[in-house]
Amino acid sequence: MKDILRWLPRIAECLAMIAQLTRYERQLALFILLALSICGLAMAVAGTGDPLGVHGAIVLLAAIAGTFWVISGYYEPEPSDDRLDRYFDDPSRLGIILAMVWVVAGLFVGDWIAWQLAYPDLTFDAAWSSFGRLRPVHTSGVIFGFGGNALIATSFYVLQRTTRARLPDQLSPWFVLLGYNLFCVIAATGYLMGVTQSKEYAEPEWYADIWLVVVWVTYFIIYLRTLVRRKEPHIYVSNWYYMAFILVVAILHIVNNLAMPVSLGHAKSYSAFSGVQDAMTQWWYGHNAVAFFLTAGFLGMMYYYLPVRAGRPIFSYRLSIISFWGITFMYMWAGSHHLHYTALPQWVQTLGMTFSIMLLVPSWASAGNALLTLNGAWHKVRDDAVLRFMMVAAVFYGLVTFEGSFMAIRAVNSLSHYTDWTVGHVHAGALGWVAMITFGAIYASVPWLWKRERMYSGRLVEVHFWLALAGTVIYVFAMWNSGIIQGLMWRTYNESGTLAYSFVESMVAMRPYYIARAIGGLLFLIGALVACYNIWMTIRTADQPADQRLGDRPVPALAGGTAPQPAE
Amino acid sequence: MAVEERDPYTGHMTTGHEWNGIKELNTPVPRAVFFFLIVTALFSVGYWILMPAWPLGVTYTKGLLGIDQRNIVTESVKQAAVERGVWTSRIEAESFKDIQADPRLMERVRQTGRTLFGDNCAACHGSNARGGHGFPNLTTASWLWGGDPESIAETIRVGINSTHPQTRTSQMMAFGRDQMLKKDEVENVVNYVRSLSDPAVAKDVPAAKMEAGKAVFAANCVACHGDDAKGKTDLGGPDLTDRFWIYGGDAESITTTVWGGRQGQMPSWEGRLSPLDRKILALYLFDLRREQR
Repeated sequence: MKDILRWLPRIAECLAMIAQLTRYERQLALFILLALSICGLAMAVAGTGDPLGVHGAIVLLAAIAGTFWVISGYYEPEPSDDRLDRYFDDPSRLGIILAMVWVVAGLFVGDWIAWQLAYPDLTFDAAWSSFGRLRPVHTSGVIFGFGGNALIATSFYVLQRTTRARLPDQLSPWFVLLGYNLFCVIAATGYLMGVTQSKEYAEPEWYADIWLVVVWVTYFIIYLRTLVRRKEPHIYVSNWYYMAFILVVAILHIVNNLAMPVSLGHAKSYSAFSGVQDAMTQWWYGHNAVAFFLTAGFLGMMYYYLPVRAGRPIFSYRLSIISFWGITFMYMWAGSHHLHYTALPQWVQTLGMTFSIMLLVPSWASAGNALLTLNGAWHKVRDDAVLRFMMVAAVFYGLVTFEGSFMAIRAVNSLSHYTDWTVGHVHAGALGWVAMITFGAIYASVPWLWKRERMYSGRLVEVHFWLALAGTVIYVFAMWNSGIIQGLMWRTYNESGTLAYSFVESMVAMRPYYIARAIGGLLFLIGALVACYNIWMTIRTADQPADQRLGDRPVPALAGGTAPQPAE
Repeated sequence: MAVEERDPYTGHMTTGHEWNGIKELNTPVPRAVFFFLIVTALFSVGYWILMPAWPLGVTYTKGLLGIDQRNIVTESVKQAAVERGVWTSRIEAESFKDIQADPRLMERVRQTGRTLFGDNCAACHGSNARGGHGFPNLTTASWLWGGDPESIAETIRVGINSTHPQTRTSQMMAFGRDQMLKKDEVENVVNYVRSLSDPAVAKDVPAAKMEAGKAVFAANCVACHGDDAKGKTDLGGPDLTDRFWIYGGDAESITTTVWGGRQGQMPSWEGRLSPLDRKILALYLFDLRREQR
């Protein structure tokens, strides 16, 4: 307790963001917070008696807290021009802390509902803790809370290093990070109250969606403004992927969430699409969320952290180009493989299936490019758990993209669809690829961002690595077994020509796997808690005298003119 | 500005670009990548030619194989119905007695009835059909509305206290709450009812009270439960002399029942299950009870 009290001021100091804002930015921040307060108040009043009103109150409170924060530092001296000689990393620091908070919350809820499937009484007879409400808290918590914060934090870090340009201003990165987290909080609390659009991975209702558009467009503009001022002739691969991630997620989000609210005082809305068009729009969104959020974004991360950590050049620039365009082009078509054997016309299913198969080639090219980059550094993979996280992530990326293309084949899908195999596939991707590459990137970033020589404990990184790997493998194997048993039981006929098993018998058969899955998830959660401790201890160790990364600063704005032209 | 250099480990040249220490090799794309791009593309083109694939305004390319998933489903369903028809037509046409007399047909009933029961009835009556609190045990001789296959089939068809116009209707009135019986009368009749299935109860209760309970029973309960308390299946009045209880047979449970009444519900399955499936279920349940004996 004493420790925490001692370190709280330090954290506040780290996040003393108001002092970094110019006077104009402070005024702008107050203006934005005022506008947000008015929106929150309007929602609270118009939505009295509706979940919208609760969200209005949350927005209002957040805006008031922000206002106090800005006012408390309003008369601090303005930041000196020295700041332009440094990269602007504070949003990345907070983003990584927030990502760790969300991952613990998201994994905890995920493991809780995993146990619920084996022991249904664990809902404790409350509406908010029922499986249907907690599941989106888990999925949004890990995908958007953990993944999203990690992407924002690392993208700001990588963008500045690979362009040698500082972020364009001090306010907009904070707006993006905090605004995004406000969206996540509205989403998660809404699910607990039963607010949902019933669109997987797009559950938040219209007002949260509108807010996310504002935040996301700002994010994209930051990217463009920084890239325009870049001091490198070429745009690095990571930035192609991060840009694709931001741009396409914006398009997907806007189209899939087109909806008409029941009234301005209600959370409920109705989609602009209906029937099979609605299903197709949703899975065009859903699959491209996998493609551009969970793949492109994290490939951007991998293309920076893996070669830096390995100290090796990227295996092949040409392969990077082919895989990037292959992935961005082919993924767009693949969504309909989620709707095989449904009311969706068969020709749409055909296109989804064939493009999913072709997609395997650029996906494996990416995974191969990552793994071949490690040639000449395999001894580091053996010794360095951080790099091993990234290596295993690339392996899982390869496995999961193969599995995905395989499951997209109609005949395979007729067995796998609606079963736990799908759940296992998603988690092989989410745990094995997304979380592993993110933990690798976070372990690499934390010492750089907080100017430490290394992580507090290399042994704990090692412990986390094995917990995460064991958890993932147990989880995925349990779901493969359960899913295939389920699929076979559902399609088995007896000699009378009627179904051999009732649904509940398939549930009974799955129970041991559900318990195994929950244990795998628990191991993964414990690993994340170990990571939190390790990161916390790294941050609170004494300052190092100097930045360990040589030349880690932007090209001064005054020195360079426009971006140099490519040499070719 | 761009300075290409040779990577000592792989022997490949770099592109000359560098970002924050990251360099890139100019390694040619491995042939396998192009090979598999071509293979998967050829597969896709072949698949497009054979199957429904590309939209053409209001129609689409139908594919050389002329395959349409809707026709396939319709055909398969039809085919399966024909195959099952060998025995289902007999179930539909023959009487319960004739079906029960044919062991091979009853084998079909057991196979199919088990999953029908599991998918439709087990949620309330339990996967072993032994019921639970508030839900009757279907493996005993005690049937509220009659345990012969015809009666069971009718109960499944119309339900109990359901929304079906011909529903079976029954209600145990709230004798205590609605002040039809006084508190001591409830107590006495509960003791009497308990003694019907458990003679030991009579030993602990004074004979006068037991007589009073019998009188209350004769005045209030016999209309539905019968003079002998063995129940009336035409009214859905349960047999109170056996050891089976839907809501519990201890003093407290019976007191709750007499005090507050009961009105159980079973949905009507007409329109949800076909006449064939309902007939199979009725036969299955009748058979299940005989098996359990």
